[in-house]
Amino acid sequence: MSDKPAPAAPQQSRASAKKELPEHFRGYKHVWVFVELERGVVHPVSWELLGAGRKLADQLKVDLAAVVLGAPGEGTRNAIQEAFYYGADLAYLVEDPILADYRNEPFSKAVTQLVNTHKPEILLLGATTLGRDLAGSVATTLLTGLTADCTELAVDADGSLAATRPTFGGSLLCTIYTLNYRPQMATVRPRQLPTPARDETRSGRVIEFKPDLDEDKIITKLLKFIPDRESAKSNLAFADVVVAGGLGLQSAENYQLVRNLAAVLGAEFGGSRPLVQKGWITADRQIGQTGKTIRPKLYIAAGISGAIQHRVGVEGADCIVAINTDKNAPIFDFAHVGIVTDAIRLLPALTEAFRKRLSPESADRLAG
Amino acid sequence: MKILVCIKQVPDSAQIRVHPVTNTIMRQGVPTIINPYDLFSLEEALKLRDKFGGEVTVLTMGPPMAEAALRKTLAIGADRAILLTDRFFAGADTLATTYALAQAIKKIQKTWGDLDLVFTGKQTIDGDTAQVGPGVAKRLDLLQLTYVSKIVEADAEKREVVIERRAEGGTQVLKTKMPCLIAMLEGTNEVRRGSISDSLRAARAEIITWSAKDAEIEDLSKCGLKGSPTIVKKVFAPTPRTERAAFVEPGKTAGDSADAILEAIFKRHPALEDDMTKLASGF
Repeated sequence: MSDKPAPAAPQQSRASAKKELPEHFRGYKHVWVFVELERGVVHPVSWELLGAGRKLADQLKVDLAAVVLGAPGEGTRNAIQEAFYYGADLAYLVEDPILADYRNEPFSKAVTQLVNTHKPEILLLGATTLGRDLAGSVATTLLTGLTADCTELAVDADGSLAATRPTFGGSLLCTIYTLNYRPQMATVRPRQLPTPARDETRSGRVIEFKPDLDEDKIITKLLKFIPDRESAKSNLAFADVVVAGGLGLQSAENYQLVRNLAAVLGAEFGGSRPLVQKGWITADRQIGQTGKTIRPKLYIAAGISGAIQHRVGVEGADCIVAINTDKNAPIFDFAHVGIVTDAIRLLPALTEAFRKRLSPESADRLAG
Repeated sequence: MKILVCIKQVPDSAQIRVHPVTNTIMRQGVPTIINPYDLFSLEEALKLRDKFGGEVTVLTMGPPMAEAALRKTLAIGADRAILLTDRFFAGADTLATTYALAQAIKKIQKTWGDLDLVFTGKQTIDGDTAQVGPGVAKRLDLLQLTYVSKIVEADAEKREVVIERRAEGGTQVLKTKMPCLIAMLEGTNEVRRGSISDSLRAARAEIITWSAKDAEIEDLSKCGLKGSPTIVKKVFAPTPRTERAAFVEPGKTAGDSADAILEAIFKRHPALEDDMTKLASGF
């Protein structure tokens, strides 16, 4: 399993720990982004990661590489092309029919072999169901550090990756380093980072890699893939306008006020974590660190206090409007527009005001 | 069927408060619970035991007080509970945690026979990493099934497992072999309350407590803080933006307040009105 012996780490007194990178890790260079290609489609988190990876690579003065795994064909080629457009300097291409669908065994084997051969200093993956399944296996096999669900990635003065993530159930933030092991691994949730500009003039080198894979030796078989029904998908992460409710709404019945406003706006609706725990909304509607991260143009938070858990999931919004009865609620620290009032009373009025303002008649009037 | 379930005792996150001045976590008086995600895996394990016979062992690593969480699992219906507790484990990150758990699981197999299935929760609510399950699987060379929404079939004779797994954009139906590690998705079953006889048994039951030595951990330098490649350099509260929210004064009526909010929004983001008009009319 782990043919690489765990190098003895120098004694660390933690917070004051110094970087003392063992000799055999000094050759590890460049920033890699795992491009999540599934069923011919690249998960957009991959482009977001390339945007962050580009900045890290520029600071470190190294290359940014995209890692693309998949069955031979158009899908992988397109993914590589797009990866160049989004900032990659080169791409490692692993093509094998075995990699047509995600399975932990072949994917973790292929990525581990690729890392051991080409030795990156940083490896970033999306914190998706695929990325989280894969990252934990790869990091354990390589015996290196992995920081999950980062909200910010930076390079510090000595070139180490500083990965910031919420901690203590999302009540504080912490910055985590993997000083003396390589690669430094991190996952980032979809929509946490902005999508970088796409530049069609960019291109790069492709390095093909042939891992040692054999379908006969892979025990897990995919019997079937059942795509989600279109109607069942919530488009929360990519919605332009989102309305959400929190415990300030006081009852499941009052949550309907959020849905009413969302319906008038053509918006998606969601809520904070306690609402899922109370069963007022389903888990796929949860907004925040353990739910969806959103980046809408307008986000209306009704009766949500705004714990860090929630904050990290919505900070990418252009305009955050907070409605809360408590003027000291943390949400007012990061909202752009705030009103101290009872959301239960305000929401119906807000719904009516938007209905009037955004109706086609008033739009025509404006246009005329 | 021999089944192991890994659980974690976690603070009830809804009740964690941060000291407003010192920015430290106020742990005192925060009640602890079994990580809610673990319960879905425990329930699935109990269902399989009820169907095929066998036993469900629950394992946790934590401070001595984690015994309470284990006792709760016995009351729900688990057969045996093991607490792995030692100062050597303190400060472990996910990699060091998986080492200790994997070592303890080896000892469990040595003592009570080989396991058919190992369950973990999808993730914990305090760490939220979702890394420990995959890490334990890798260290024990178990096949790994995460985000499982349904166990379609578990055949102890043929040593086969068929499950449905939540993937991006759909559901994968996967077939694999035992032994394997399964992490259930939340909300996929109704967690039982446990019978009165289970409660009585749990109240009297012995919680098996293992130190690192008892668990025959081979290399203590791979445990706890020492065995953790990640280093937490800094814990902090987020800095508020320099400007707080622009407050809109509530009007005489809710309608007045609503109008004032619309003004504030569209004054800040004039382009939004056009975008939203299109969105509202279904473009």
